[in-house]
Amino acid sequence: MANIKDALFEVHELEELALRDLEINRVHPLAKLLITISYMVLVVSYHKYDIWGLLPLIIYPIVLMRLSEISLKDCFRKIRGILPLILFIGLFNPFLDREVLFMAGKLPITGGILSFLTLFLKGAYCLFASFLLIATTGIEGVCYSLRLLKLPGILVNQFLLTYRYITVLMKEANAVYQAYSLRAPGEKGVKYKIWGSLLGQLFLRSIDRAGNLYESMLLRGFEGEYYLTGKRKAEGKDYAYFVLWAGIFLILRVGIRYLMK
Amino acid sequence: MHMADALIAPAVAATMFAASGITTAYSMKEVKQENDPRKIPTMGVMSAFVFATQMINFTIPGTGSSGHLCGGLLLSIMLGPYAGFLSMVSVLLIQCLLFADGGLLALGANIWNMAFYGCFVGYLLIYRPITKKKLNNTRIMAASILGSVISLQLGAFSVTIQTLLSGITALSFGQFLALMQPIHLAIGAVEGLITGAVIIFVYNTRPEILKTETLKARMSFKQVIAILGVSVVIIGGGLSLVASGNPDGLEWSIEKVTGSTEIEAQKEYSSAVDTAAAIQEKTALLPDYAFRDSESPAGTSFSGVAGAFIVAGLTIGLSLLFKLFRKKGKTT
Repeated sequence: MANIKDALFEVHELEELALRDLEINRVHPLAKLLITISYMVLVVSYHKYDIWGLLPLIIYPIVLMRLSEISLKDCFRKIRGILPLILFIGLFNPFLDREVLFMAGKLPITGGILSFLTLFLKGAYCLFASFLLIATTGIEGVCYSLRLLKLPGILVNQFLLTYRYITVLMKEANAVYQAYSLRAPGEKGVKYKIWGSLLGQLFLRSIDRAGNLYESMLLRGFEGEYYLTGKRKAEGKDYAYFVLWAGIFLILRVGIRYLMK
Repeated sequence: MHMADALIAPAVAATMFAASGITTAYSMKEVKQENDPRKIPTMGVMSAFVFATQMINFTIPGTGSSGHLCGGLLLSIMLGPYAGFLSMVSVLLIQCLLFADGGLLALGANIWNMAFYGCFVGYLLIYRPITKKKLNNTRIMAASILGSVISLQLGAFSVTIQTLLSGITALSFGQFLALMQPIHLAIGAVEGLITGAVIIFVYNTRPEILKTETLKARMSFKQVIAILGVSVVIIGGGLSLVASGNPDGLEWSIEKVTGSTEIEAQKEYSSAVDTAAAIQEKTALLPDYAFRDSESPAGTSFSGVAGAFIVAGLTIGLSLLFKLFRKKGKTT
């Protein structure tokens, strides 16, 4: 999260993506959430040297990218922030794990290189999957699925209210930060002498805003439960989506191994 | 400190989800019991506030670099530990869904590492006792720094353990620890300074916000022990099952140096060492964290839980003893 403007842009972008009227966007959110979680569990369940098992799993993000008309470039742009951390953790593997597992032509492939590659693949796959979930479902859809999974209302309300207020407060924070930057050009960040007053002012404004918002909500009939839009029953195609992907995952995890034996 | 999905094994992720889930359920019960209808919208705004401030960079004096706030301790001071914890949960979920900051599968681990320590250890066990009797600028700053530094150190330590148990990095326990802890010491100090500065500002301008919120956040000794106990049992019983059968970091280092996982005693002391080992073998209920003459994984799990209970029992015993002495001191 480089700066507030970029973050605001990303939130709007995701909302617009989720609002499109594509076939994949119309699939029941619960089916998409369950399949995404199963995919992630499948990805991380592979052994650190099992690169051949991991490679075919690319099928899921590729198909979803096609269905949601999102480019690979956009997917990579989304995950640029977290990837360096994964690379940092895995960077030591090639130096510490030097056991040669096989030869690629004349190039010896060590355990460390393999584990580094699988780590990168696992990271990219999981990040693609969660980005594609939110880009095709939206935060309201995810919260609706969480309610269907019997997650308590108080928690789901909390997610939704935070999400609703985020853009409001980011705009507020952006205004405060911009005003500071204009008065202190060329500075790398906020000077330590005004850490307290700058954030404190923002905090007091937030608290006052929370009070006003709560009163407005009461006036509009808020009784402690945030009403979710887009409720609907699962249809045949939603079940088909779930069963199809679950079947593919099962074949990839168990079937291929069985066939190879 | 956000962990990505690639850094965690399914069993570790599930254990951490269970631990964070129990804490979340308990916090929800407490927030419901407070029965303050205003609380939920306020929590929403406060988490959004923390989310927005995380994007403001602050200069770090004397280094020329800049950093940002994490917010667990700040939220707890403003809202109390339970509401603060729930607010952090929603911040972390939104960060992972919208900004790919931390994975969906690793969410349980992230909640534990970033919200649990900040809200329950940093606030409840450190910040509150320091500021409970008297609230002034010095106490607020000292409590914020100490609370942040300790909770971030614990968080970084947890990341190290979770990654190692997942078998992701080839780094040894010691090497990984040496990479994680010092950097989080600096981050914790800056976090504490920013948190302290904000709280001091609020205390000086609108003290009523701070006073009402801190007084509400009461937690009995029993509750603290119950939360810690449940968490320890989960970690001890669950994580020990998935722990790798390979030698641990210390054993690994020893093996690299000596070629064996256990250091052989020098000849002149060998008889004493042998006798000590023989005594230990007879007294140890669970040698090598397993049932005697059995390789069942249940033994490992049982050892974890048993160890946790022994530690919890010792802690409770010592605290009761301490209480007894304090009472005696008062009457005489």
